[in-house]
Amino acid sequence: MQMTGAQALVKSLEHGGVEVIFGLPGGAILPVYDPIIDSSIRHVLVRHEQGAGHMAEGYAHVTGRPGVAMVTSGPGATNIVTPLADAYMDSIPLVCITGQVSSSAIGTDAFQEADITGITMGVTKHNWLITDANEIPRVIAEAFHVATTGRPGPVLVDVPKDVANATMEWYWPEEVDLPGYRPAAAPDPAAVEAAAELISSASRPVIYAGGGILKSRATEALLELAELTSTPVVTTLMARGAFPDSHPLCLGMPGMHGSYGAVTAMQQADLLVALGSRFDDRVTGNLAAFAPGAKVVHVDIDAAEIGKVRRPDVGIVADCRLAIEALSGSLRARGDLRTSRLAPWLEQVARWKEELPYTYDRGAADGTSPATTDRRLPGRPPLLKPQFVLETLRDATPPDTVLVSGVGQHQMWASQFWRFERPYSWVNSGGLGTMGFSVPAAIGAKVGRPEATVWAVDGDGCFQMTAQELVTASVERIPVKIAILNNGYLGMVRQWQHMFYEERYSEVYLSPDLPDYVGWAEAMGCVGMRVETAEEVLPAIEKANQVDDRPVVIDFRTDAMEQVFPMVPAGASNDDIVVHPSQTAALEKARSRS
Amino acid sequence: MSADGAPVERHHILTVLVENKAGVLARVAGLFSRRGYNIFSLAVAPTDDSRLSRITIVVDVESAPLEQVVNQLDKLVNVVTISELAPASAVQRELLLATVAAEPAERSQVIQLVGVFGGEVVDVGADRLTVMLAGPPDKLDGFERLLATYEVVDLQRTGRVALPTIDVQPASGRRLVSVQPSAAG
Repeated sequence: MQMTGAQALVKSLEHGGVEVIFGLPGGAILPVYDPIIDSSIRHVLVRHEQGAGHMAEGYAHVTGRPGVAMVTSGPGATNIVTPLADAYMDSIPLVCITGQVSSSAIGTDAFQEADITGITMGVTKHNWLITDANEIPRVIAEAFHVATTGRPGPVLVDVPKDVANATMEWYWPEEVDLPGYRPAAAPDPAAVEAAAELISSASRPVIYAGGGILKSRATEALLELAELTSTPVVTTLMARGAFPDSHPLCLGMPGMHGSYGAVTAMQQADLLVALGSRFDDRVTGNLAAFAPGAKVVHVDIDAAEIGKVRRPDVGIVADCRLAIEALSGSLRARGDLRTSRLAPWLEQVARWKEELPYTYDRGAADGTSPATTDRRLPGRPPLLKPQFVLETLRDATPPDTVLVSGVGQHQMWASQFWRFERPYSWVNSGGLGTMGFSVPAAIGAKVGRPEATVWAVDGDGCFQMTAQELVTASVERIPVKIAILNNGYLGMVRQWQHMFYEERYSEVYLSPDLPDYVGWAEAMGCVGMRVETAEEVLPAIEKANQVDDRPVVIDFRTDAMEQVFPMVPAGASNDDIVVHPSQTAALEKARSRS
Repeated sequence: MSADGAPVERHHILTVLVENKAGVLARVAGLFSRRGYNIFSLAVAPTDDSRLSRITIVVDVESAPLEQVVNQLDKLVNVVTISELAPASAVQRELLLATVAAEPAERSQVIQLVGVFGGEVVDVGADRLTVMLAGPPDKLDGFERLLATYEVVDLQRTGRVALPTIDVQPASGRRLVSVQPSAAG
């Protein structure tokens, strides 16, 4: 069947099982937008190409399927570089289609020309510049294969306008032929045995679970391994929800703002079982002082992660789920798990968890009226504690709620104070730390899981970066809910200036009143609410939960003095963790014991 | 190479077979610069298979562990195979071209020097000549140092190409055709 390259492209996407494209047309991609009118694929028209990229990421996070974005050449393409970099860092499968100027114009500085394959080489798993319409089905099939297999990641396909307009004979490749692409799969049995040996002889083991658990659909395998071996589990920022927070073996998030129990258990462990995690600097702190007494088993599907940061005693290059299942099998066959030897360790870990939980200054005993260190004028209500807002939101939302966050203090509080019981219920920008992620990512998540309640927790700084996508959400009837923890500051930067720059606050003040978030929300077709007192928090959330025909934005006025604790200062050893001021005595006690 | 021309272990040779596609060299070079790996020399040429090119990279392994360089390279979709050659178990060759200013009186000395090293005079003018030498990199180093006694107008080296030495090929020509999951201990 003869068709244009553009028609073949859209048909290829249909063959790839794509149900939604997030995009924005322009000159060079015009031919491809014409057949979209006749396609079964839903197209969500964004207001800025960055939004398309983050929506595709949010969609991929919650569904496990690749997100698809389509934009035009030049500025359209460069606007989506940030989401590609974000997806590359967090291993999110993304297929980005960009228009390109006609082949004959490439290299001439033509209107809206940008060398997007050159620009995105370092932030994609692979990219393609198509030079012949006959390549289109093959390249699209390859693009989806590369994006979704092995360590997932973003790919980009650049389509010159003349290639989209050319005619070709339709075909669909039955298989892809990529001689240089061989993702790992099954683990090496000898390495599994060596790892099982270490696990069965450890007396202070910790499972260090990363985002790879979610990517490889290994949450059940992880639960089985942890219970089989009675090993405590830390879940990194990318792995929140990969292991239930309510489980007795769960220690929560490790790292710079991780729980005392998670950080300290890793420091004192004699074995770290790293599963799909990558020893990020935000987890390890000062590398030389990180988990000094621990042997390391490192499982990752990406061979380059093994030994990149910390040299493991046993490295296993494999799909995480297959490796974990093999480990459990090997351990069970040994039949000598003798987990009783772990009793002192489990008792120790449980005590850390119990004595030094996440906390904040809750104020009045009934918890309804959080105290404040607010410097506002007398007569105004005290500002809300952001953690109080999060706890209330957590308790007032359905259990299958998807929580999305931006980047900064609110992100850390969300990770700390939420209770993640299910996988794929947490969407955030971990590696790249992309402010402005949450609004579009929440929209993409809601498109992927329309039956779930999707709440985004955002900061006022983040919200201002991408809020215009709420227009997209209103028009497309994608009813996401946004809780802005509005403290009028770039809060995390302010916290660092408070702690490390002698409270010299340089360029971090944003004003809580400008913009008028309620007016802005309403102008974008959303329900807007402002909440200033503790008594209003729950009713506002309940009201928002009732809205299902449009987005909701709640402007929570929160206390800018509030800081994220615990904190390991950048470059410091994890042993030098700083806890909440109210926990100094508990910390002394814990330290004197160990 | 160290100052005295002896091979230094910090330089390892990777011969990388890549798909002969646009932008492949940029992907390889970009990976090295992005991750802070140092390239000592690099040579690219087509192979007998028109679908493939061979890139010979001499890597400074002080900038990053060789294993890490290999594993990152292997992630490039267009990289088909990577073979690592330790300098001691590889036949290495490089080509040098140099134009030397030499008055007639000096010319015979230069020609003699080229002859001693087994090189060739490839171009001659009134007051300068261009010479060529192919050989192991350390031999070229020695030649280059002696040539510096004269006025070298221009000098170019190709960067080395290498193949495993035949007698030790099975042991040290570590073919990483399929980088199999293995215990990296």
